[in-house]
Amino acid sequence: MLREIRPAVTILLALTVLTGVAYPLLVTGIAQAVFPHQANGSLIERDGRVIGSALLGQNFSTPRYFHGRPSATTDTDPNDATKTIPAPYNAANSSGSNLAPTARALVDRVQMDVTALRREAPGAPVPADLVTTSASGLDPDISPAAALLQVGRVAAARGLPQARVRALVQRSVAQRTLGVLGEPRVNVLALNLALDALQ
Amino acid sequence: MTINGWIQIALFVAIIIAITTPVGAVLAAIAEGRHTVLTPVLGPVERGLYRLGGIDPAREQSWIGYAVSMLAFKLAGFILLYAVLRLHGWLPFNPAGQPAVPPDLSFNTAVSFLTNTNWQSYGGETTMSYFSQMAGLTVQNFLSAAAGIAIAMAFVRGFARRSAGTIGNFWADLVRITLYVLLPFSLVIALVFVWQGVPQTLGPSIDATTLEGAGQTIALGPVASQEAIKLLGTNGGGFFNANSAHPFENPTALTNLIQLVAIFTLGAGLTAMFGRMVGDRRQGWAVFTAMGLLFLAGVAIAYWSEAQGNPLLTALGVDPSQGNMEGKEVRFGAALSALFATVTTDASCGAVNAMHESFLPLGGAVPLVNMMLGEIIYGGVGSGLYGFLLFAIVAVFVAGLMVGRTPEYLGKKIEAKEVKMTMLAILCLPLAMLGFTAVAVVLPGPVAAISASGPHGFTEALYAYVSGAANNGSAFAGLSANTLWWNTSLGFDMLIGRFFVIIPALAIAGSLAAKKTVPPSSGTFPTDGPLFVLLVAGVILIVGGLTFFPALALGPIVEHLAMVAGTTW
Repeated sequence: MLREIRPAVTILLALTVLTGVAYPLLVTGIAQAVFPHQANGSLIERDGRVIGSALLGQNFSTPRYFHGRPSATTDTDPNDATKTIPAPYNAANSSGSNLAPTARALVDRVQMDVTALRREAPGAPVPADLVTTSASGLDPDISPAAALLQVGRVAAARGLPQARVRALVQRSVAQRTLGVLGEPRVNVLALNLALDALQ
Repeated sequence: MTINGWIQIALFVAIIIAITTPVGAVLAAIAEGRHTVLTPVLGPVERGLYRLGGIDPAREQSWIGYAVSMLAFKLAGFILLYAVLRLHGWLPFNPAGQPAVPPDLSFNTAVSFLTNTNWQSYGGETTMSYFSQMAGLTVQNFLSAAAGIAIAMAFVRGFARRSAGTIGNFWADLVRITLYVLLPFSLVIALVFVWQGVPQTLGPSIDATTLEGAGQTIALGPVASQEAIKLLGTNGGGFFNANSAHPFENPTALTNLIQLVAIFTLGAGLTAMFGRMVGDRRQGWAVFTAMGLLFLAGVAIAYWSEAQGNPLLTALGVDPSQGNMEGKEVRFGAALSALFATVTTDASCGAVNAMHESFLPLGGAVPLVNMMLGEIIYGGVGSGLYGFLLFAIVAVFVAGLMVGRTPEYLGKKIEAKEVKMTMLAILCLPLAMLGFTAVAVVLPGPVAAISASGPHGFTEALYAYVSGAANNGSAFAGLSANTLWWNTSLGFDMLIGRFFVIIPALAIAGSLAAKKTVPPSSGTFPTDGPLFVLLVAGVILIVGGLTFFPALALGPIVEHLAMVAGTTW
């Protein structure tokens, strides 16, 4: 066993330098040189200020904007560090709800969201993604159906014709990659930026 | 289920079949000490490492020597990682000023990354400094994977050699796998990930002001470099809490496909390496096919379950056509989430792109069962192959009993010692998984950490210990596992699951290597045909089923029946 100490220690330290320092720094160097936008978080700036990342959802609650999915992320309670409080789209603490499919808390929460959506768009089927929390709590996308459902509310709040807003949504739908991979989706932040640009 | 969903699954399968042979060729070249394409570039580094360690790569070891070297390396790795986690408050690359990781969490995390489990009782962005992520966790992502592959190579040498006293040199295997496979593959994958949007920066988090004027702090870091080896090495520990569901870890459907392929690349390639090294490639494809059947069964059940939509929500008026979307991302949907959950637990990866806890009961049972079977469906890098071959030994033993002949596998007589060691390895896993669960669910302290009620709460605890002992690392993540009990017990669970399989496997390798090879006769049970494929798949399912059915009945099965009846907790 004693004979093994030298290789164990030296190989460990040498491979630590190689895989834990040289490799990530090499990737960082190339990434920053070749793909600086992506390597730094695909940030979007408007008027010189960072307003978010193209890849991350953010919380929208006013009727003027399209809303993303419910988010289960939390933050530390400022009054009691041992507790957490709901903080939707907290990009410093990603998390899903981790509610069981049979959890009463899940059914109650969805019931409330369904009721609210029904008031907004009576009669329309409720898209599942619009009443369920995402895995990361930072899902940037909603389904095309979930975006179309909100057209009436957004158009009314902005005094725009519904057809114009609907056309914007339809232009914003990203199809499956190569026609096969993933699901059709609408990036909510990009859609809302385009909406602001309309006026 | 949709046609497009199945096309995506078929595309994934086609890619895996296509890369198995070339990856196997690379691995066989490394296992047999031959030159690779990169030898001219990395050869000097390799020789430098040997000089530094005082290693003669040509000096081979007995199975005991191999095991001792491996354990010494693991012990040194544990001490270093534990120290880094405890001390990162004083180390560089800590822009968020993360404080030292507490002792029980450091123990759990060090064991977890050392055993290729990557169970995470912590959230990465709220706990780890960049230094810990890179020089601590990324390192063990490489080294635990390299050690796993090394052991698989040693195990296969046991079959490939005749009357030999040695099964290879651990240090040479470790260095060569790291240099010639893991580092170059990871570098390429990491850069593709960055191109697709995965961050790679040492800068601090960004404070954004959202369109509605609220603040949003965006955690960043050297994500891509860790992400690549996380998948390739079937490690699974995410940079962020939400793992591959986080848009910064897995931003697009394309990165998702690359992640899925990366998880299976080396596990599938090792089956081809096995075929080459034993001199009959059909033996490798037989192993590949048996694994493939079990994979297809799992993905079909998981996709069927998740594509349906939760009946409790459908009753409220939710459109079920998207499937069960709680805990899933829109860009992946039900098909890619079910596929990912199956792949990550067939292999011992444990990365997740959807929250397994929120899967419907039978959908969530698929990853659970995959891990209970020992993750031998392509499996963890290395551990999948030697784990599967242990079941193959049981299968030929059963076949031998049926016809009353001494069983043989690849010309090696399977005798009492091999069967005893095999059973030791196969039985230790369920003992740890079920034993720890049984204790945890009757103690009030551990139970308080369980978030779900009813049968799902039981499944949550069971999933944790199954994931730990199987060295997977995925979780029913509602469990608040960062407590003294869970950190400690899961730490031991992971150690048992790793070393009580590796040591018997190496013992078998040593014993097989020493044996003569018997030429096949008319009475030899052919192990390259459909009968063997079905027999070994059957043995795996029967052993797993007999062991775990009672636990599954208490958890996902009863929950499914209750859900259909409209019961909630």
